[in-house]
Amino acid sequence: MNPLVAATIPDAVTFAVCAVVVLSGGIGVVTSRNPVHAALSLVMTLFGIAVLFIEQHAYFLAAVQVIVYAGAIVVLFLFVIMFLGVDREENVQSEPLRGQRPLALVLGAISLAGVLALSATANWVTGAHKVAGGLTAGHHTDTFLLGKSIFTTYLWAFEITAALLVIAVVGAVVLARRPSPARDEDASTPVTEPDRGPALGQDGGTAATGGTAPGERGEPGEPVTAPAGATVPGGHEKLEVAR
Amino acid sequence: MSIGPAWYLGLAAVLFALGAIGVMVRRNVLVMFMCIELMLNAANLTFVTFSRVLGDVGGQSLVFFVLVVAAAEVVVGLGVVVAIFRRRAGTTADDLHEMLG
Repeated sequence: MNPLVAATIPDAVTFAVCAVVVLSGGIGVVTSRNPVHAALSLVMTLFGIAVLFIEQHAYFLAAVQVIVYAGAIVVLFLFVIMFLGVDREENVQSEPLRGQRPLALVLGAISLAGVLALSATANWVTGAHKVAGGLTAGHHTDTFLLGKSIFTTYLWAFEITAALLVIAVVGAVVLARRPSPARDEDASTPVTEPDRGPALGQDGGTAATGGTAPGERGEPGEPVTAPAGATVPGGHEKLEVAR
Repeated sequence: MSIGPAWYLGLAAVLFALGAIGVMVRRNVLVMFMCIELMLNAANLTFVTFSRVLGDVGGQSLVFFVLVVAAAEVVVGLGVVVAIFRRRAGTTADDLHEMLG
C-alpha cells in the first residue's frame, strides 16, 4: 500500500510542514554568514525534529530534544559565539582551498545517494521485532518503557554515560581555565585576572605586565612578597615555555 | 496512523548529507559543530523511525545516549574552541594550520 494513502491527512500535512522546516533550517545552518543566524536556524531544525518525534509517538524524546538541544546546547553555542565576539558576518564567498566547494558537493551527493540506496535496498525488517522490549506493552507510556529499558537492559551503558559526562565537564573546565601564575592551584585573585587579560595575545607583553603588579602576582604562590618582582616573572616565563 | 517510514528515512538522509556538506564547506569551527549536530539529529530521526517500525524501544534508548554524547562532544569541542581563541584571533579552521605535523 502506498504509505501516503494509508496516512491520514493531518499526519501527512504535519510531516510536510516539518520536513520543510527541518530542511530550511539545515540549509540556513550551512549557508548563513552570521554564526548567530546559523545557531537560530539550528533551533528551527531541532524543533522540526522534535515535532517529528511527537508524530512518531516518542513524546519523551521530543521533550528532551527541546530541553537539551534547543535549551542547552544551542544556548551553549550562543554563549561561546558572544563570548568570543565572532558574531560578525564572515566572508563565505572566499574559497581559499581551490575546488573545496564542488568537491564537498560531490561528496555530499555521494553520501546522500549511498544512504538512500542503503535504505532502499537493505532489508530493514529482519523479523527480529521487539528485541529490547516492545513499544506497546500494555498501557504503559513511552516514558515508562524508555526508563525501564535504560535502567535494565542498558544500565551499563547508562553508567558509562555518567562517567562520560563527568570527564567532559572536567575536561571543559581544564580547557577553559586561564593558566594561573601559581601553577599548583587555581588561586588567582580577581586583581590578577584583568592584568593577564591583554597580555595573553602576544608573549612579549608578559614581562611588562608581570612587572606592574608584582605584589599581587606573587601572593598566591609564595608568601614572601619582597623578591616577588625578581622571581615571579622568571617563573612566569618558565610557565610560558612549559606550555 | 503516521506516514510510512520511507519518508522519514529520506528526510533524515537529506539532512545528514546537508550536515556533511556543511562540515566540508564551512570554515568557521562553530558552524562546523552545528553541522555535526545536524548529522546527529538525522541519525536520531532514523533511530526513532526504526523504533516505530520495529516496535522496539531500543531505538529510543539509543537516541537518549546519542543526546548525551552530543552534549559531551559540544562541551569539550567548545572548550577547545575557547582555548584556541585565547591564542589565535580567529575561529576558522584555517587558523589552525600550525597544528599540522
